[in-house]
Amino acid sequence: MSIPSVSRRNFLRVSMIAGGGMLVGFSTLGNDEKQELDGTPFSPNAYIKISPDGTITMMSPNPEIGQGVKTSLVMLIAEEMNVDWQKIRVETAPLDAKYGSQTTGGSGAIRSRYTKLRQAGATARVLLIAAAADTWGVASADCYAENGSVIHRTSGKKLSFGELATKAASMPVPANIPLKDPKEFKIIGTRIKDVDAQAIVTGKPLFGIDTRREGMLFAVVARPPAHGKKLQSFDDSATLKVSGVKKVVQVKSSVAVLATSTWAAIKGRAALKINWEDASKLESTADHEKAFKELLSKPAATPNRNDGDVDAAMSSATKLLDVYYEVPVLSHAQMEPLNFYADVRDGKAELYGPTQVPQNLVATVARELNIPAANISLGLPRQGGGFGRKLRPDNGVEAALISQAAQCPVQVQWTREDDMQNDFYRASGMFRFKAAIKDGNLEAWQQSFACLSNGRSPDTYPAGALKNLRIESHSLPTNIPTGPWRAPTHNVQAFANECFMDEVATELKKDPVALRLELLKKAKEQPVGRLAYEPDKFISVIELVAKISNWGKSSPNTYRGFSTWFSFNSYVAQVVELKMEKGKPKITKVYCAVHCGKVVNLSGAENQVQGAVVDGLGHAMYTKLTFKDGAAVQTNFGPYNFVKMRSTPLDVEVAFVPSEENPTGLGEPGLPPIAPALANALFAATGKRFRKMPFADDIQFA
Amino acid sequence: MPKYNFTVNNKQVSVEADADTPLLWVLRDQLNLVGTKYGCGVAQCGACTIHYNGSPVRSCQFPVSAVGTGKVGTIEGLSEKGDHPVQQAWIEMDVAQCGYCQSGQIMAAVALLKKNPKPTDEEIDSTITNICRCGTNVRIRKAIHLAASKGGKL
Ligand code: FES
Ligand code: FES
Repeated sequence: MSIPSVSRRNFLRVSMIAGGGMLVGFSTLGNDEKQELDGTPFSPNAYIKISPDGTITMMSPNPEIGQGVKTSLVMLIAEEMNVDWQKIRVETAPLDAKYGSQTTGGSGAIRSRYTKLRQAGATARVLLIAAAADTWGVASADCYAENGSVIHRTSGKKLSFGELATKAASMPVPANIPLKDPKEFKIIGTRIKDVDAQAIVTGKPLFGIDTRREGMLFAVVARPPAHGKKLQSFDDSATLKVSGVKKVVQVKSSVAVLATSTWAAIKGRAALKINWEDASKLESTADHEKAFKELLSKPAATPNRNDGDVDAAMSSATKLLDVYYEVPVLSHAQMEPLNFYADVRDGKAELYGPTQVPQNLVATVARELNIPAANISLGLPRQGGGFGRKLRPDNGVEAALISQAAQCPVQVQWTREDDMQNDFYRASGMFRFKAAIKDGNLEAWQQSFACLSNGRSPDTYPAGALKNLRIESHSLPTNIPTGPWRAPTHNVQAFANECFMDEVATELKKDPVALRLELLKKAKEQPVGRLAYEPDKFISVIELVAKISNWGKSSPNTYRGFSTWFSFNSYVAQVVELKMEKGKPKITKVYCAVHCGKVVNLSGAENQVQGAVVDGLGHAMYTKLTFKDGAAVQTNFGPYNFVKMRSTPLDVEVAFVPSEENPTGLGEPGLPPIAPALANALFAATGKRFRKMPFADDIQFA
Repeated sequence: MPKYNFTVNNKQVSVEADADTPLLWVLRDQLNLVGTKYGCGVAQCGACTIHYNGSPVRSCQFPVSAVGTGKVGTIEGLSEKGDHPVQQAWIEMDVAQCGYCQSGQIMAAVALLKKNPKPTDEEIDSTITNICRCGTNVRIRKAIHLAASKGGKL
């Protein structure tokens, strides 16, 4: 484990493996230096290892949390290398500064590594070709790589990558290695199945929760039962009598029970007698809602954006719209409850577990344990979902502290209830939207947002398309911890924005799709102020979704809602189609059009968008978390109502706008537009506006 | 602690555990069969689905003392080579995202197809009540139909 460094540059580096083979990795020294490395086991700071027996191992540098990077990042290497995809083994890299930032969040892994990983693959290919050419005494230009072999064009001679690897490692690395023209791609843009598919369907121990090590104890932790409470005192005498319980340790304001099984630890925790004391105010959801309303009754001190003269346009309007939208707190509820393995002893720490922020986690553990970061190793398992929860390193840090206090290796397991009470929640909030309409035109638009965290909204459409526009935000101080949740802020703003746009369209008696196109045309031709998006790309997804959904064509008992959004540099437009079954809406189909640059893995990309749609629909329909006196009211699935198969549309059709541009984000952008598309479809079906999530509070779904 | 002898994946096992220990934790912590997952502990998510005499059971709410002479089947024992038609259909449809819920989903799907070899969408929707946080539901439904269409030895 090395200390993250920003001062040195990382160069690609090719090395020979002792005993044969080739390694394409990094060097912090310089790219011309060659060094013998011990080839077994796989050196962790490499992208590619080719063994003489032909095995090719590739490292995926970012943690896999369900966004598909373990497959798609490696596709980038494989594409440029011309390997046989079937022969590749893939591992997730452990934390190593040489991989650059290994943070998984912000839909950024593919975006940031698109070129670099292709360069690694291309370097390997060029050297393998050079090695073959040298062996045959022919020119490199007369040879090519295909399916894991190098072939001499005229003679048809052929050597496999495995046979060439050792020699390739000794060939000089050319300075400029051109990357493929996207038109030549054979792997990128195709449908590739998840590299772990077989292991997943057979129940192999892939996840952090599956960690089992010699001498390890299972721990569960009693943490404060409400935000605003802290530990005063505890009595563990009954706990220590529970069979299987070995130790009880206090860590900060929590008490950990260590036992020989998870169940014994759970029972031991239940037997603790703990006194909690109030440290700060115990907040409730009802108070938050009242406070939001109050904040929204006054203008914010400084608007985030203020184009034209909104007040003047409002006062001369013939019709004024003024409505509120509300969104609840949400838990991340990633399917794998938090856990972490830690073995801290002799000033060293071995860590293994789910996190989206490996670097931050190690830095925090080093600080909290007061040991050098160089003494900490961190392995990264496949993770049962992330959605932003593990952008905080608390699960790993807590495990390390417990292991240090108990002086033994420990697997800390959170129960679902622990997870829901101790989340960094999606903040609840309230929007107030106003629009001024005059002579059938939208003259001004104002959005005010109050929420539990920093409510600054993304500066996106319709900004740029309207002469008079104001965006402002207020934040409500709170002791409820909040944090990013899949497509942060976008996931609430798109809802309010796109529902309100639908209301405006109704008021203007315009088709909702036509209204968006009209606005984007204005933004393109006469942009007002800063333009954060490209109107043409926006238009491309709107037109595409209108086409695949046959927008404008009506059929009996079919109601539709439309919405579009721009986030993480990607554009998405969606249409929700529903039927009424005995007065209850049933979502039948969803159409999505996406512009995300070049699609890397068609199967994975489509899966991300379909998943985001189901995720977004489910939360819009059913899910909320409320607080009573600082405690989560919904502490497990069931009360925390979650989408199931019966509410899942029969089909989610996804179409990508063809593009050869570098990929943009995709793990998140599919989510924001779906809630408003559903609300707008519900309006079409019922004539009622749904301005507060979850909608199931106001209507029963089939 | 009481001792329990029972059959898991056609193998005889013997464990010492408190009578109220959910089978889930016996499988995961004592028998090292970690393919059966913990998601909620309250029979709501289905991540812990196993087969008990061929029927789907949520093992987080099934105490070890209730196993008796019944046969327990887990994802690890579904097929020797990982090629059960449902497992194959799951790979074919590239269902998984994070993958965490999928062993439970597969166990539930296998049990459904055993009872009802050609389920309709509605029958799938009312029987499969597992939660997938990643939202792979559309592909799960398709994979069940695909496995059903292959027929074979379910
Ligand atoms: S863990 Fe058993 S149903 Fe969720
Ligand atoms: S695939 Fe992630 S929970 Fe189902």
